[in-house]
Parts: sequence; structure tokens; C-alpha cells
Amino acid sequence: MRFTLFHEFGLYGTLLYQAMRSSLESTPYRMNLFQEFVKIGYESIPIILLTGVFTGAVMTIQTAYQLGNAFIASSIIGSIVTQSLLIELSAVISSLVLAGKVGARIATELGTMRVSEQIDALESMGLNSVSFLVVPRILAGMLMFPVLYVVAAATGLTGGLLTGVLTDTLPAFEFMKGARMFFFPWDVLFGMIKSIVFGFIITSISCYKGYYATGGAEGVGQSTTQATVLSCMYILVADFVLASLLL
Amino acid sequence: MNPTLDANSPAETPSEKTLIQVRGLSKSFGSTVVWNDVNLDVYKGETLAVIGRSGCGKSVLLKHFNALLTPTSGDVLVDGVNIFELDYVGLRQIRQRFGILFQGGALFDSISTYENIAFPLRVFTTLSDAEIRDRVMEALERVSLAHAAERSTAELSGGMRKRVGLARAIILNPEVLMYDEPTSGLDPQTSDEINDLIVALSESLNVTSIVITHDMHSVLKIADRVVFLHDQALHWMGTVEQLKQSNDGPLRDFVRASEYSLA
Repeated sequence: MRFTLFHEFGLYGTLLYQAMRSSLESTPYRMNLFQEFVKIGYESIPIILLTGVFTGAVMTIQTAYQLGNAFIASSIIGSIVTQSLLIELSAVISSLVLAGKVGARIATELGTMRVSEQIDALESMGLNSVSFLVVPRILAGMLMFPVLYVVAAATGLTGGLLTGVLTDTLPAFEFMKGARMFFFPWDVLFGMIKSIVFGFIITSISCYKGYYATGGAEGVGQSTTQATVLSCMYILVADFVLASLLL
Repeated sequence: MNPTLDANSPAETPSEKTLIQVRGLSKSFGSTVVWNDVNLDVYKGETLAVIGRSGCGKSVLLKHFNALLTPTSGDVLVDGVNIFELDYVGLRQIRQRFGILFQGGALFDSISTYENIAFPLRVFTTLSDAEIRDRVMEALERVSLAHAAERSTAELSGGMRKRVGLARAIILNPEVLMYDEPTSGLDPQTSDEINDLIVALSESLNVTSIVITHDMHSVLKIADRVVFLHDQALHWMGTVEQLKQSNDGPLRDFVRASEYSLA
């Protein structure tokens, strides 16, 4: 068990080292990088919009419910919703959703390529498969996740504001007043830093699990499951570490 | 264990014709030994068949010839250069001298048949689109699949996938063509077509061929020399004629089990 854990960390570290070295040695293949921008970024927008809107809406309803009987200005609901979304929920919830969508896709793709010898075929042509397959995915993840965070935060705030208005809980101007009252640019920066880290965690773990997949269809299935579960787990751990260090 | 070398076997007399030298090669996965102390020469222009039971490590041996796998111990020398001591650039140059047909074709399923074959040219050459088109169509014509250029790889049959894999393997004009079970999973007629193709490519491209197979019909049709892996070792090697006359017990058993009569 202990050996397996060391072995796993060793392989993961080796893959990251190879990725770092190959990205310094050669320009990552641009076509693949562009494709990953589209797959990780553009194609994730619908699910991020949905996640953002409902997170904001639920936050508004629950905060209003919790503060319902307190003698506090209703604009505070806007403050709490805004800060919660910017600091925590937009980054974490969207990343957990993306661990399923992006992480599973990457692990399955690379795992299938591994067990069907497509990665061997790339290597046998003289291509650096890590540079070709892993580097573009990790780079695209680290660059696209902050963008998706901004989209999630913006739609979350919109969802929260609209929910307040439509349920007669909170007028729009009160929500905006509260949002502005406790808005700190650092919160947005913090959310973006978190999303870069989460993007790295999801793409690197999924690449690792897919790249070293073994055992046919069942093995690819196991790799995909492990990639998703491990990504979610390490997102929560990293969330705690970053909050402890940066707040 | 030293392999049985039939009298006058070319393997006994390495010469300037030697392209690949395998020296003391051993491979284990964890505690599982695949084979030990394999010594073997591959000569320029010959077709070498590697035979043996399923799971005896034929494909594993093949993947050591271009360093897709690294051995537990031992060396593989290509033109006298130990490929396991090369840096990535040196290894890339060696790998591009080899073309390999993988067991299932290993076609990239996200792109078309045409793009699969064009892929090495796009990555490693500065050819124009028109030149790439000419080269790809020429390769497809060699494998009689010019009509399937724009098909998705998912639409291809098993035999077609192997032929597309072969077209991709020859597109960079390799010196060595390696075939991993080229006829497995194919009907006898398609297998025969693939065998004919291997012979035709060996002659027309003047390449050295290494064929992993357990199909004795293929062996007798295409091979100049045969290597038999058995009991975690290189058990026997010799020419096809020597194979036909050999009285080696495990080799005779293997040939008999494949329901092929030598005499």
C-alpha cells in the first residue's frame, strides 16, 4: 500500500517533470493547445452558466432565509452573496463540476489512446507524447479555468440579483448596494488564483491517470473514475490550503 | 539459456550487413520475467519472423527495437549505436528509421484516414499541402485503399485498419518495418492479402522487416529467418528451410499446434 502510494507520486512527479522539461525545450504544439482552449474553455461555458446561475440563486434565497428575522439591512444579503461567490463558490463549485466534465474527458481520451497503442504510435514516429498530449492540456486548463471562474462569478451574481427581485426578497438596488459595500478586488484575484490551481490539479491528475492507464476498457474506466475522484479530493484540500495561506 | 542454432544459421556470423544487434536483453515487469538474455542480430534487407505462444513477450521484444520499452538489462544497437544511451533527439532520429504497424492499427480515431497518414508529414516535414496529398495518395495506393482516404477510421474494417496503419508506417520512408501480429483477427483471405502486401513492400521499398506473428502460414510465406521465443528465452532461430527440417521439440509442438504441416 505504502509502496503503491510512493510509486503513484513518483510517476506523477515524473510526468510533471517531463511536461515541464518538454515545454521548456519545445513550443507546445499550437494546434493542440488551441483545440484544448476550445474543449476546456468554450465547450464548458453552458454548464458553467447553469452552475453559476443556480449557485447565485440558491445563495440569495438561503441567505435571505437565514437573515430573515434579524434586524439587519437587507442589502447585507447582497454583500454575503457577492463575497461568497467571489471567494469560494464560483471557483470551487465550478471546478468540482469541471472535474467531472473536463477531467473525465481528458482521462478517457488519453487512457483510450494508451490502451489502443496510439501513444506508442506517436512515440514511434519520434514525437514527444508528453509535449504533444499533456502540456497543451495542462496549459489550457490553467489558462481557461480563471476565465470560466469569471463567467461563473458574473452569472452567479446575475442569478442572485434576479432571484432577489423575482421572489420579492430583495430589490435590485439593495442587492447592488450590498455587493458594492463589501467588494474588494483582492477577492476576485484570490478566486482567480484558486481557479488556476484547480485547473492545474484537474488537468494534471487526469492526464496522469489517462497517460498511465492499463488494462483495456475496464482500465480506462477505472482511470477515469480515479481521475475524477482524486481531482475533487485535491480541490478541497487545495481550497483549504489556499484559504489558510492567502486570507 | 543459449538458443538452438541450426547449422549454417546466418545468426552465427554477424557481418557488416547487421542492422540491429540485441545483446543480453532481459525484461521483467515487477516480479514477472518476460524473457532473459536474448541475443539476436537482424540483417539489412531480410524479413525476420518472431514466433511464440501468446504472452511469451513477442510484442514486448518488438518494442525494444525502437526503445518504446526499456529493458531490465542488456542493449539494443542500431548500426552500432546503443539506443538506450541516446538523448531524445538521437532517439527521435533512430525511431524515424523504423515504421511500425501496431496490432490494432493504432489509428488516431479523432481524425480521418487521410489525416492519419498525413500526420507524420505535417509534424516532421515542411512539405506543402499538395506534396503531402501526393505522398499520402501514393501510400494509400500501395495498400490499395486510395478510395478510403476521406473515411473516418471508425468506418474501416479490421483489414483496412491494418492497411491504413501500414500506409502511415511507410509514409516517412523507413529503413525498417515492424509488424505486430499483422494478420491476427483477420479472415484467411484478408490475411493472405496482408502477407502479399508485406512481401511486396519489402521488395519495392527494400526495407528490413521484423514480423511478430503466431501464424505459421504467414511465416512460411514472408520470412527469411525465424526466431522462436519459448520458456522465457530465445529458444531457437534459423532460416525457414531450417525450421522445416528442425527436430526441436517445443518448436515442432508449436508448429503442430498451429495446425500447419511443414512436411
